[in-house]
Amino acid sequence: MKRILVLAVVLLLGFVLFAVDPIVVGVFEPMTGPYAAGGQLTMEGITLAAEQVKEILGRPVELVLVDNKSEKVEASNAVSRLIQFNKASVIIGSYGSAVAIPGSEVANAAGVPMIGCSPTNPLVTVGKPYAFRVCFIDPFQGSVMAKFAVEELKAKTAVIIQDIASDYSVGLSHYFQNSFKSLTGDNKSISGVISYQTGDQDFTAQLAYAQGKKPDVIFIPAASYGEAALIIKQARELGIQAQFLGGDTWEVPEFLQVGGAAVEGSFFSTHFDVAVAPTPKAAGFIEAFKAKYGVEPSAFAALGYDAFMLAIDAIVRANSAVPEDVKNALSATVNFEGVTGYITIDENGDAVKDAIVRKVENGAFKFVSVVKPAQ
Amino acid sequence: MSPDVFLQHLVNGISLGFIFGLIAIGYTLVYGVVKLVNFAHGDVFMMATFFVFYGFTLFMMPWWLAVIFGIVVTILLGVGIERIAYRPLRDAPRISSLCAAIGMSFLIQNIATVVFGGRQKSFYVPPSLTTTFVIGGVRIQAITIATIVVSVIVLLLLTFLIKRTKMGLAMRALSVDFDTAKLMGINVNRTIAFTFAIGSALAALSAILWALRYPQIWPFMGVFPGWRAFTAAIIGGIGSIVGALFGGFMLGMVTILLVAFFPEAAGYRDAIIFVLLVVILLVKPTGLFGEKKSR
Repeated sequence: MKRILVLAVVLLLGFVLFAVDPIVVGVFEPMTGPYAAGGQLTMEGITLAAEQVKEILGRPVELVLVDNKSEKVEASNAVSRLIQFNKASVIIGSYGSAVAIPGSEVANAAGVPMIGCSPTNPLVTVGKPYAFRVCFIDPFQGSVMAKFAVEELKAKTAVIIQDIASDYSVGLSHYFQNSFKSLTGDNKSISGVISYQTGDQDFTAQLAYAQGKKPDVIFIPAASYGEAALIIKQARELGIQAQFLGGDTWEVPEFLQVGGAAVEGSFFSTHFDVAVAPTPKAAGFIEAFKAKYGVEPSAFAALGYDAFMLAIDAIVRANSAVPEDVKNALSATVNFEGVTGYITIDENGDAVKDAIVRKVENGAFKFVSVVKPAQ
Repeated sequence: MSPDVFLQHLVNGISLGFIFGLIAIGYTLVYGVVKLVNFAHGDVFMMATFFVFYGFTLFMMPWWLAVIFGIVVTILLGVGIERIAYRPLRDAPRISSLCAAIGMSFLIQNIATVVFGGRQKSFYVPPSLTTTFVIGGVRIQAITIATIVVSVIVLLLLTFLIKRTKMGLAMRALSVDFDTAKLMGINVNRTIAFTFAIGSALAALSAILWALRYPQIWPFMGVFPGWRAFTAAIIGGIGSIVGALFGGFMLGMVTILLVAFFPEAAGYRDAIIFVLLVVILLVKPTGLFGEKKSR
């Protein structure tokens, strides 16, 4: 009995001494709150990627998720926790520029690289050498929808309904206005910009104002899909006939469920569409995703997958999991084959990629066109 | 602004105002009797929508049955909260039960997040309630009319209950003086439980109307309407039922008309509303309909 006990202790010690430290990839995404669906969709992609890469550099990869609750303060706390407690080598997140910006501040100050999956506001990476992203940014996204409105829909006037409490919304609204004005050549073509606040449910006042302007299109850069869906629903109840346009946040099932028939025929820009998979790798990803979840991957899942794979790629290229080395490898990323496109990190830490325009048709998202960034 | 648009704004304001008012009555009723600001009211409100949602989707109940089921379960929840969290603290300093109410609010929100998940769910709206009436260019939703009718009925029923029934007499007695009421043979526990039952039923009723108007539900949906309605109750004079309905009505109107007349200031809406609240309280500390207490 004693001998067995001694043997057990020796074995246990052996495990403790020779066990290899895992490489920690920290994730801060919204699992609850108004951005929950976006965060959870992103997490589907990250989880799938993590299942495919269990070990690199002879060390196991450990994925740690902390919920940022769609709140700014919670986001910085989540990143602090991932860095100080979990000792993350690299951090992934987050859906929602409003929470990604404070997160990136903390990561940058601590010298740990952060890769954003879908936050598109420029401020996420500007002036932060440790902040990166795998998606395009809003000056481009705003121009995509403005161009679509002017060229495809022949729109001459637009009203914008923006969320004043969201960095994403105010930013995207600004870039859309600039593009729309220059494309129509008319400074008065934006007939109105009206604000609401995150968490609002009643938009009838904003909509009655918009209705008075009789615009061709109404652009809703809502940070929360639920709010966008309610705006359009209430607009139709008020008898507003204008065409609705939006940004990448719309691409969640909740938008269709809440919006119902009201959102039919609306257009929005996004990052990825299974119909026009841009790289050879995408086919394998789509297949694996369908096998695991039984549905086609959303743009957020695809970006989550890419962010994780890029993090792994950088660690392998750096041959080190030290945050500083990973950061240097990330800055040097050229033509990384992701599933949402080839990713080359520019001097700001951003990726330059195509945008996709999609439409709501028969209660589903349909592909419309691909828009290339200006050279 | 054309008269059509102005009238539309008015209708929108009435629609929003009455629903705030209905939630505010729940706050004010409980405060009037127990002298407790029930901060969990907004979360009881949220739970009601989930009870109806699950009654309808999970237990396959017909719509009307799901609504009744939701109201009944919400009443049980409200009375349960009072029994567990507030009754043991009834003789403690008032700040203790206030803290308990805030704690209860967070507890319910977080349990709901764990159980129901953080993502929004779409609330079923029967087709008959999606009808829109067009009267001379102004559009009125069927649900708006339903809200107004329900609010007026609730107001009349509550007035009758408080002024004309034994239970109402007991509630009024408690609101004046706990100890004396007890000495007069009033069953305090039963009366307070009854007050919470009515308060929770109101929360459920307003929640269902709210979800029919804004058909997405999630665990934190009660926070915003809860605070708004609380503000409305304060403006109207907390403890006064007519005041709560009027406060809600006023708040809805201000919210809508502010955006209508000063679209540039739409982003400062909440700041302006709370400045208004401060001004009202400075001029009339007991709120518009509040009575001056002699103690």
